[in-house]
Amino acid sequence: MRRSPKETEDSARLTHRRALLMGGAMTAMFAVLGARMRYLSVDQADQFKLLAEENRISIRLIPPARGLIQDRNGKLLAGNEQNYRVIITREDAGDVHAVLARLAYVIPLTAEDLDRTAKEMQRSSPFAPITVADRLTWEDLSKVALNAPSLPGVSPEFGLSRIYPRDTDFAHVLGYVGPVSEKDLEGLDKPDALLTIPKFQIGKIGVERWLENDLRGKAGTRRIEVNAVGRVMRELERVEGDPGADIRLTIDADVQNFVQARLGDESAAAVVMDVTNGDVIAIVSSPSFDPNLFVRGISHTDYNGLMENDHRPLANKTVQGVYPPGSTFKMVTALAALKEGVISVNTTIRCPGYIEFGGRRFHCWKRAGHGQVDLERSLTESCDVYYYEIAQKVGIDKIAEMGRALGLGIRHDLPMSAIAEGVMPDKAWKLASQKAEWRIGDTINASIGQGYVLTSPLQLAVMTARIATGRAVVPRLVRSIDGRETAVPDAPRLEIGTEILNRVRAGMFAVVNAERGTAKSSRIVDPDMVWAGKTGTSQVRNITAAERARGVISNDQLPWNRRDHALFVGFAPYDKPRYAVSVVVEHGGGGSTAAAPIARDAILRAMSDGLPPLTAYPASQRNRIEAMLAKLPLRDATGRAPTPTRA
Amino acid sequence: MSFLEYRVKFVPTGLRKILYMNWPLVVLVTAVSAVGWLALYSIAGGRMEVWAGRQMQVFGLGAALMFVIAFVPIWFWRNMSLLAYLGSLLLLLVVEFFGTVGMGAQRWLELGGFRLQPSELMKVALIMLLAAYYDWLDVKKVSRPLWVAVPVLLTVIPTVLVLMQPNLGTALILLMIGGAVMLLAGVSWWYFAGVASLIAGAVAAIMLSRGTDWQLLHDYQYRRIDTFLDPTADPLGAGYNIIQAQIALGSGGWSGKGFMQGTQSRLNFLPEKHTDFIFTTLGEEFGFVGVFSLLVLYGLILLFCYVSALQNKDRFSTLLILGIAVNFFLYLAINLAMVMGLAPVVGVPLPFLSYGGSAMLVLLVAFGLIQSAHVHRPR
Repeated sequence: MRRSPKETEDSARLTHRRALLMGGAMTAMFAVLGARMRYLSVDQADQFKLLAEENRISIRLIPPARGLIQDRNGKLLAGNEQNYRVIITREDAGDVHAVLARLAYVIPLTAEDLDRTAKEMQRSSPFAPITVADRLTWEDLSKVALNAPSLPGVSPEFGLSRIYPRDTDFAHVLGYVGPVSEKDLEGLDKPDALLTIPKFQIGKIGVERWLENDLRGKAGTRRIEVNAVGRVMRELERVEGDPGADIRLTIDADVQNFVQARLGDESAAAVVMDVTNGDVIAIVSSPSFDPNLFVRGISHTDYNGLMENDHRPLANKTVQGVYPPGSTFKMVTALAALKEGVISVNTTIRCPGYIEFGGRRFHCWKRAGHGQVDLERSLTESCDVYYYEIAQKVGIDKIAEMGRALGLGIRHDLPMSAIAEGVMPDKAWKLASQKAEWRIGDTINASIGQGYVLTSPLQLAVMTARIATGRAVVPRLVRSIDGRETAVPDAPRLEIGTEILNRVRAGMFAVVNAERGTAKSSRIVDPDMVWAGKTGTSQVRNITAAERARGVISNDQLPWNRRDHALFVGFAPYDKPRYAVSVVVEHGGGGSTAAAPIARDAILRAMSDGLPPLTAYPASQRNRIEAMLAKLPLRDATGRAPTPTRA
Repeated sequence: MSFLEYRVKFVPTGLRKILYMNWPLVVLVTAVSAVGWLALYSIAGGRMEVWAGRQMQVFGLGAALMFVIAFVPIWFWRNMSLLAYLGSLLLLLVVEFFGTVGMGAQRWLELGGFRLQPSELMKVALIMLLAAYYDWLDVKKVSRPLWVAVPVLLTVIPTVLVLMQPNLGTALILLMIGGAVMLLAGVSWWYFAGVASLIAGAVAAIMLSRGTDWQLLHDYQYRRIDTFLDPTADPLGAGYNIIQAQIALGSGGWSGKGFMQGTQSRLNFLPEKHTDFIFTTLGEEFGFVGVFSLLVLYGLILLFCYVSALQNKDRFSTLLILGIAVNFFLYLAINLAMVMGLAPVVGVPLPFLSYGGSAMLVLLVAFGLIQSAHVHRPR
């Protein structure tokens, strides 16, 4: 298209006119910016120079008091204590080494202290205060204050530091706090100004970490006037921050303490849950450690001791440990088969002591066999063959579906670190993770909770709670934050027939109460507290045919780390379930002997106000139990341990 | 099309083009970038490797790109306009779904360690397409509603995409660029008057909607407005940047504290001191004199763009150069106003100074287009 020169000319003129107009606007904006700059850096320069100078020292953060953590009844689990320390500012000190040498006359300083201070000074800017000594006594602090004139740049300070009065009982639940590290700051877009305070402590693991944002609080600020050597002369303005929110857990500190003591030195884990609302009453991993050591800065010796211990005290076995559930898994297999209708509650199966499949023998634990077995007997006497048979009928995918419905193979979201998902295997899982087809032999192993199945003690407790109530109970660890109740998670009814559930529960009842029950000796005789449960013993090694021919070696003769895991799950009272419990004793031997008695004590403790009443135990056991309970190293009412637990 | 009316044979060819480039602009751009290297070197505490070195590499790459673009005839770039626009639009869509989230907003694509912000590309592509559109359009139709609707649509589509990221600052710049090119092309004042009254209404709506169910902006955007209106309300939180920036600028005084002597920036009082707030370092270390000189350099860049645009008889070239100049000015003005406490903090870099590869490269590409228009102008 051609344009007339006239048109082109006109439009160009219009564009030029408007461009010049716009240029005028730009010039005006430049003038405004120039004027503003002149205002800032010429007219107001003196004031801003002062501000810049004041800046270096004027605004300081007041760290807020960290929120307290309490148990369900308000007993203190994590608090704050006064902590006196001495800081030094290089810029104000002048000759740092001379000042530090003089300081060492006044208060005891270790070579380590001096070393660390020197190192930190090289890293940080000259005006950044560095902590020389921490956790001083009041006398030492006063001495520093008295000698202030000869110690330029040195100032005494006090702050709060975290303390865990019930040290070992809650190490795994609460975790601990520690100074902010580079790693903590990574991934934070805009870190809280508090995190830049040297040595500011934040939660590293456990509840302390996962509820950090609630616990931390909001910093206050103070503007201070400082003299030529950097000593604070007076405070000009103080804006208090907000202390962190107090948190109440669902745990009962006394039950927790009891269970911790009861587990003793075993490498074990136990979980007690309130089945009516999912509240975790006790969640104990043993052995434990003292989190206070980590707050103060743990020594190499202590740390190596914890790392090298073969009972793994640092691991939180309740949620991080995964174990083959063994026979405690049988309820899952039974419920899957019953729900799918491949067997009825009255179906009987003959147990000859083993089945053959694909040229392999799968043994029942009772070599002679159980004869004709129905559902109830299969649980009572823990017949394996019954489950080998019904599992083949129902198939692994349905079993896995049931397992997941009961809370296995699912990550239960509690504010704890490294919560394991466990493994609830099915065909798709094996194909994805092992790159292999699922085999019937795998189903047979899985049917009795061996093979690929892995569960954490928490998951086992959830499973038991769900079987006990018929509802999808979800565990809850936090009862309230800052006084606001946290919601009780929904627990919708499971899609399992009531009749089926009742029969499985009856089987669990018979396990502890029937004459031939595997955990008969761990029954409860008090009619108000009668309970039900299931034993489990899971192998951690393969028994070869040759070994079997020689006769299976009993656990006592094996080295500790090759013995079977002992498990027990149970709930009480039987007719109106209130609590569910799961206990795993690593390499403890048999579930009926190693795990069931602990589970019974734990659940009785949860149901009682104080120690489990002796009347709940069968008469023949009372003397033994009484002696055992008397020897437990329980804390007194203030939470103090009977013998010093700290080194 | 209109270009063919001019006599192409007078356009320089081959390496001779280098003689016909707008050299004052090249020198000015390099000078401003060099000031940036100095500032980055100073902020890093006298180290090249932290920021300055990389910034120089990016500049080298960008400058090479600028020369390559300058050598290609401007009519080729005009014909590429639609393609560039569609490509940028596609990238904007991609970033919407696969972009990396930063500072609470999706903004960039991670390309082998390089961060590409499609919204930056979009600014240049939009200017190109609008310039090409008005070059093609019969000048008599410029103010007819239907023909006004087209560029409005072309501007609004990317604006909405950018707003969804959500990146309010860039969205506003896109709108202003679109408006500016339309204004320059001769669209009737009445449209602009209408839009201006609409905007006044919208601002009222946005502020009134706060806290209601139909709240129109994100909370953090409201907080920025609050903080801008009263920075002292939260001296350690969001107001911190604004206060510290002004202290830095003001404390520089007439001649500054001297190179590498800025306490505010070196002692880490200034956040974002190497990116959006780099100007404060200059203010602190070189004072009013230094800052004023920098403003003069920027002013000269704009002046040379203007002269080149107004000399150019090709409508596409004129609109393109002016559009890019406006874009450049918007960056500049918004950043400086923000740093000096005259506008809310909206994450806009200072052209050629702020650390960051994406913005620098796109700017140099834009200046390459200006050079191409200049070299191949009808004579």
